[in-house]
Formats: sequence, structure tokens, C-alpha cells
Amino acid sequence: MIPSKNHIGQSHRRKNAFRHLAGRGRFVTDLALPRMVHAAFVRSPMAKGNIVELDVSEAAAASGVVRVFTAETLNHTCVPWTGTLDHFAGMQSGAQNMLASNEVLWVGHPVVMILAHSRAEAEDACELVMLDIEDEDAVVDGDAALVKGTPLAAEGINSNMCFQTVLETPDLDDAFTRSAHVVEGKFTFGRHTAVTLEPRAIIADFDPSTGQLDVHHGTQTPYQFQDVYARHFGLSEGRVRVIAPDIGGSFGMKLHVYHEEMAAVAASLMLGRPVRFVADRLESFVSDIHARDHRVTARMALDAEGGILAMDVDDMTQIGAFSSYPRTSVAEGNQVIRLMGAPYQMPDYRGRLSVVFQNKVQTSQYRAVGHPIACAVTEALVDRAAELLDLDPFEIRRRNLLADDAYPHISATGYQFEKLSHQASLEKLHQMIGYEALRAEQIALRKQGIYRGIGIAPFVEITNPGAAFYGIGGARISAQDGAVIRLTPAGDVHCAISVTEQGQGTETIIAQIVADQLGVTPDQVKVTTGDTDNTPSGGATWACRGAGIGGETALRAGRKLQAQILTLAGEILQADPMHLALASGAVVDKTTGQERITLAEIGRIATYRPDTLPKGSDNSLTAAQHFAPSGYPFDFTNGIQASHVEVDIETGVTRLLKHWVVEDCGRIINPLLVDEQIRGGVVQGLGPAFFEECLYDDMGQMTNASLVDYLVPMAGEMPDIEIAHIETPTLDTILGAKGVGEAGTAAAGAAAMNAVNDALRPLGARISQTPMTPLRILTALGHV
Amino acid sequence: MKTDITLTINGDAVREAVEPRTSLADLLRDNLQLTGTHLGCEMGACGACLVMLDGAPVHACLVLAVQASGHKVETIEGLNERGLIKDLQEKFHDRNALQCGFCTNGMLMSAQALLLDNPTPSRPEIREALSGNYCRCTGYEAIVDAISATAKMRSGQAGEAS
Ligand code: FES
Ligand code: FES
Repeated sequence: MIPSKNHIGQSHRRKNAFRHLAGRGRFVTDLALPRMVHAAFVRSPMAKGNIVELDVSEAAAASGVVRVFTAETLNHTCVPWTGTLDHFAGMQSGAQNMLASNEVLWVGHPVVMILAHSRAEAEDACELVMLDIEDEDAVVDGDAALVKGTPLAAEGINSNMCFQTVLETPDLDDAFTRSAHVVEGKFTFGRHTAVTLEPRAIIADFDPSTGQLDVHHGTQTPYQFQDVYARHFGLSEGRVRVIAPDIGGSFGMKLHVYHEEMAAVAASLMLGRPVRFVADRLESFVSDIHARDHRVTARMALDAEGGILAMDVDDMTQIGAFSSYPRTSVAEGNQVIRLMGAPYQMPDYRGRLSVVFQNKVQTSQYRAVGHPIACAVTEALVDRAAELLDLDPFEIRRRNLLADDAYPHISATGYQFEKLSHQASLEKLHQMIGYEALRAEQIALRKQGIYRGIGIAPFVEITNPGAAFYGIGGARISAQDGAVIRLTPAGDVHCAISVTEQGQGTETIIAQIVADQLGVTPDQVKVTTGDTDNTPSGGATWACRGAGIGGETALRAGRKLQAQILTLAGEILQADPMHLALASGAVVDKTTGQERITLAEIGRIATYRPDTLPKGSDNSLTAAQHFAPSGYPFDFTNGIQASHVEVDIETGVTRLLKHWVVEDCGRIINPLLVDEQIRGGVVQGLGPAFFEECLYDDMGQMTNASLVDYLVPMAGEMPDIEIAHIETPTLDTILGAKGVGEAGTAAAGAAAMNAVNDALRPLGARISQTPMTPLRILTALGHV
Repeated sequence: MKTDITLTINGDAVREAVEPRTSLADLLRDNLQLTGTHLGCEMGACGACLVMLDGAPVHACLVLAVQASGHKVETIEGLNERGLIKDLQEKFHDRNALQCGFCTNGMLMSAQALLLDNPTPSRPEIREALSGNYCRCTGYEAIVDAISATAKMRSGQAGEAS
């Protein structure tokens, strides 16, 4: 029960948007500190090789240069890191340190760090470094990497297999034997990368006179980095402060440990002055994590009526030379094999996962980890089954989607669903897109040689994870969040919370939630995020836990403070707190709503005149609360997307006409913000479906590492995106909110691929590789 | 070797000594602390660094500071303080047409330039006009809506854009 529904559920605008609209954002890249020096890195120009000569003397003497570091002079300050988790049995990865010492393992691997008075001078000096690398055969292709006799992609591993697992129900083989139909396919999902508009940025500032390390870091997970810096550099955690101000996009990319950030911290510790590293766009392409890169073979067994009996899936994913730290590069593949078939009543399943090393930059968690792959494969097979059985794509899904009254449900892959709304979502989408009319139009246009397609894709999204994600694997990643709420002496409210803001509107929704608990307006609630010294510790914003976990934390903290205020008011008013409530910035009579005393007056008395309070009363106007989910291991959300496309069969160019989303993220706190989050997510799903791909040549060189060559979706290419909601709140929390940030990305590519294949169907062509570039579509059509 | 340049920035006369290789963006951000102009690619692709040069939007990352000598530059700070884009800012705010805010400077510059040039753009024309602006957070639609609503308001049409 929410006591006041005034603000939760309202489309409040974001207060912090004003700063950005005025050009007053405060990004790490905007910060300049006294004594600050700038870092640039000399990077490996080849994918694999041995460093045979390294001479930095000329660079060290160059103008403006303050210091030059190599592995020899820098690496000893840092405990190396290894990206493995205990619950991934048998997983391996080499230990990593800041600068390459003997071997270079991918194009872009940092070898030398140069600090100078300006970035330009540091870059000039990089040119003067004499680096001689003896070329070795690079492991470029994942399948080839597993062939006996192939060289190892890195030191410290015993094969190029990072991790392998099989997930299987006992009756899988029997299901395929019994089945009336089997559909199958092979799929390739390209490597792409986050391309946050603000590149990675850090200013590490160690003050030797106090022993304090302040790190201004463009990250979504400040507490995680506080822990990482303390442990790896042997500092006490209390002396490490991580400040994450405005962040220019993150999407999971800015929560991994990177060589350059660690090196900036190490250098600041050694020099005792601020060290700034800001990746330029070229560096981003060869050092930010990449994502996806899967090859999947899959088949699906169906009964005579088109009922899905089972799926049998083999996923090979290629992760680069190391598993990333501290979350590992295995989480993505692990999620791929567990999300296959998730929306369906599918009794049996086998998923094999092979995670393979290669000499490329690491892949790791990026928005909607694993979801787009599982969704695209599942939905492509469902569409193939529909085609084989001559069923409408909506009809086959009606027959197979979990019934809305079938919960709780455990999937064949072991996920526990509290309550989802697939069937209702399917029907809502059907109406929303005007399906019959779209089909009629499609048929009519085909006669004129215009090929349009409609594709749909239901999905589930994992949100609100607890310790099951990383904690049980031994990673020090907080599974809980914390909030401290206080009433100021003037009666305003301040909330310091561990969930962070990267533009999703975290601060706004927290203010809305707190406002409702304390009977004030969101404007009266100031929210502080992103500073480990000024907010309580917590997991922060990743895997869609900001609203569901952060929001619940704020709600509970708010209620605690509400109780404290009412108790105090009862003492002041000599009334029973049970008969009092908070509304309109005051304590009111619960039944009549009449104002008894304002919050400002309570603040004044408690702060300036505690002497007037009855003896022994508690005048603290601050409440702290931490919260970790303890019900279901995850709160799954669900939804469905539809894509409408037109394929020019002469050029292979696809035009996106329209995209629709029906989403059920539980209780919606702010519809305005939720919808834009979904739209942004959809575009990040459509990008890799049509444009985005990190291309490599046979030698392991990335050949399109610039924003001119790497295509990011632009306004002109993206469709209008219509959104509808169903609300199925989780009963695990008082708030009932689940996450929403990854839903758009989860199924957009799957819907788009089904739409393109729907357009190509009359021509007997089919595509199963992303991005679906014009050339690949022409190849599918047999034109090239 | 530094060169002296003089230019007008947001209405103020500015005299600075810069290296020939200093970009206009670096001059604004590093020398003058006008950090509203952002750098996302430094090669003219992303649009985060757009400023008005003699009234026309240019990529501050591609213009050398010395080239801007003798010219008039207006940054987001200037447009904001002069109240020139108040309506655009409000529509962006209403529509939540920004998330992280890193692209926002460039979006506002492109929008302002478009509306001066074509006061009643269609949605496809707006999308076309944003063809030099990356946004990685929004789905672009809110930005298109905000610009479209501003156009309608400026051209005196009643009602909100959808
Ligand atoms: S920074 Fe100038 S266009 Fe990207
Ligand atoms: S709001 Fe983040 S890039 Fe546009």
C-alpha cells in the first residue's frame, strides 16, 4: 500500500535536465584540477606479438613531458586482476596488469603511459617511443581458436576455451524424437560496442599529505571502483573517494575495470598529483569493451499443432584475450543460454555454451546482456515454425506464450517467474499495430514490387538482481543499495542514495518516491548520487536495479523518516502519532486532513530548540535504510515488440517504417522517463541489427575504428516508436517496480530480423546474420 | 609558437594566444572554460561540439582557433544567457528530449539553425537536419517532437505537437 499516490506514477520532468540544456553539465571531461597532468598511451599496433625493444628515453625528454611509465616502472604498484568468478566452474583467464610487459595481446593493448602538461604534448611524445614488436600469429576467429595446435591467445591459460557449460533437461532427446516438426538455423551476431557519446574519462587525484585518493570517474558504479582501487593499490577504503558526476552515457560499458583508468590511479599515487585520462574516439574503439560476437546453432522441436516442445542450442561467443574484470566476459553467454525460449511454455531444453579467447579487445556486459541474442534466435525459430505450419506469427505465439494465469512458473532453463503478462501483451500489440490492415497493405504493395515486412518478438528482461549475479561467484559487487534521508532544519528533504544517474532520471524518480512518503513535492526533495563520501554504499545503477531496488530503498527510508517525524510531532503536539499523517509539507490530522504543524516547524524545534522537547525524545531527523531483494532471485519483466520495415530488393537497403513496444515493467514511477528509456533502448537494439559492427581483418586489425567508419543509428534512419504499457507490479517489494532500461534493446533486433525476413519471404530469401547490411541482404537474395 | 587571435565569443571580445593546432573546441573548453561545447569524436561526425560561427553551425572540433579569429562565435552558454533558445529548451525539457545531456548542446545548435532556416519543418525534415548529431541515449523521437513543437509555437500555430 502506497500511502499517497500523488507523485509516483506521474510524468514529472527532470530537474537536472535544466543544467544540460543550459550547457552547464558537469562531466569528468569538464573538470580541471590544480597540478593536473594528462595521460596518453602508446598502444600495440598489432594483435599479437612479443615486445623485443622498448626505448622511451626520447619521449621522456620531450617538451611538456612529466613522466613516462612502462610495465617495468608502473605495474608493480598494482595487484593484478583476474576476470573469473567461482560459480562458473572451470572458468579461466590470464591475470591482467596495467601495461603490457612481454606480450601484446590485441590491437590497442596499452604499452607505455606518458604524462605531460597537455594531452597534445603527451601524444607528441608517444610518437617518440621506440617500440619494436615481433609479430606472432594472432588468434582471430573463435572456431579456429579451438582447433588443436592453434597458439594460445594469451599467457596464463591452458587452452583458448575460457569457459564451457551445458544446461539440459532429462527429456530433451525424447522431445525431439516425439516431435512432429523441427526447425533449425545458424546465426551470427556481430561484435559491436557501446559508443557512449562521452568517452571514458577519469581524473585520479592522490594527496600525499593526507593519504586521500579522490577519483573523479565517469562510471555508473562508484562503490565498486572504491573497492577496486583500495584493494588493488593497497589503500584503506575509507581513504578512497570515487565521485561520478554527470556521465555522458554508460550502458554497462563504464562499469568494467580498464587498464588506462587503473594506470591513471597508479600514476597519481606515484606522482602525488592529479592525472587525467580521457579516451579519444579512436582509443575508445580499441579499448572500451565490445559486446556480443556470437555464433549460434539452434533447433526447435514442435508438435503437430505448433506447440513448442524443446530447443537445442549451441552458442559460441568470442571474448578477446582476457575475461573482463570484475564481472567476467562469461555473463553474457551464460545469459544467452538461459534466456532462450524464456517467454514460452517449453518443457525441455539443452543449451551449450563455449566462451572462447581471441586476440581482440575484451567483450563484456553491455545493455541487455545476452537478451538480444536469445531473443533473436528464439523468435527466428518461432517464425520459421509458423511458416512451416502455415500459421500466422501471432497465432503461433498465442498457442505457445505462457498463459497469464500460469504463475509462478519455472522455465526449462531454471528461471523463476513471479508473474508475467505475455498473452495480454500480445493482444495489446495486435490491436496497437492494426495488424490486419498492415498485412493487407503488405500484400497489396507486393504487387507493385514493394517489399515490406512485419516482425514481432516477445521477450523477458532480467531486472532487480540480488547477490545471485556476482556475489555468490566471489565478486565484490554490492547486491544491496542504501539511502539516507533527512529533514533539514527548514523543512526540506535531502536524500543521499547509492543508485546513480546517467540520464535515466534516477534522481527524479527517487525524489518522487520520497516525496510521497513524506507528504512533500518532488521539488522539495534534493537527491544526491554518485559520491562514495556522501552517499551510503550500494550496487548503484546496472542490470536495471535503479527503480526496483534503489526506489524500494528510498521508499523504505522515507517511511522510516516518516515514522520518526510523526513520533516527534506526537510528542510536540501531545497527540497519538497513529492519528497523524504527513501531507502538503505538514503534519496533518489523519482523519480530517487538517494541518497540525508544518515540517519546517518540526525542523526548527528539533534543530534549534530541542530543549523544548519532552525529556528523552529523539530529535534526529535522519533515517538510513539499506535494502537487498530477498524474494525471487530476479524480477523478470516482459513485453513484446513489433517492427515494420521496407526492403529495397535492388539495393538491399532497409527502411525502418515504424516500431512498437508493449512493456510490462511493474509499477511505473514516471511514464515520461520510462518511455524515453524504452525508445533509447530500442535504438540500441536496432543499431547492431542494421549498422553497428566492429570489423576486423585476418590479422586482427580493427578496420573501422572511427566514428566515420563505424555506423551509429541517426535520427534520419530511426523510426517513430510507439509504446504501450501493462502494469504487473512485483509483490516482492512495497513499491512493485521492476526495471525497464534494457527492455528496448532486448527484442528490437529480433523483431527487426523477423520483419526483414518477412519482407524477403516471397523471394525465397532469408537472413540470419547481424548487422543486416545491404550487402548481406543482397547476398541472401542471391544478387551478389 | 603561439599566435594572437581576437574574436567575439558570446558577445564578448576575446583575445587569446593559441597554438596553431588548437581547435576552436579546445579554445572554448580549455582556455575559456566554456564546457557546454562537448567533444565526442573530434572528427566532425558526432555533432556534440557544434557552435554558431557567424550565425551558422560549425563543428568546433574541425575549426582551428586561428581560423575563427576575427569572427563571431556563439556557444550554448551564450544562446542560453541571451534567452534565444528558451522555447527550445522548454520543449526539450517537456519532452525529456535528453538523457545524459552530452549531445544536447549540438542538438540545440542544429535545431536552432534549422528553425531559422525553415520555420515549419516536417518531421522527416527535422530528422534529416539532425543527420550530423548522434544521440546515444534517447530514441531521437523526443528530440524530433521537441523541435517540432517549438516550430509550431514559433510559427504561431496553436496546440502542441504530438
Ligand atoms: S566532436 Fe566535433 S563532431 Fe564530434
Ligand atoms: S542524451 Fe546522451 S547522447 Fe544524447
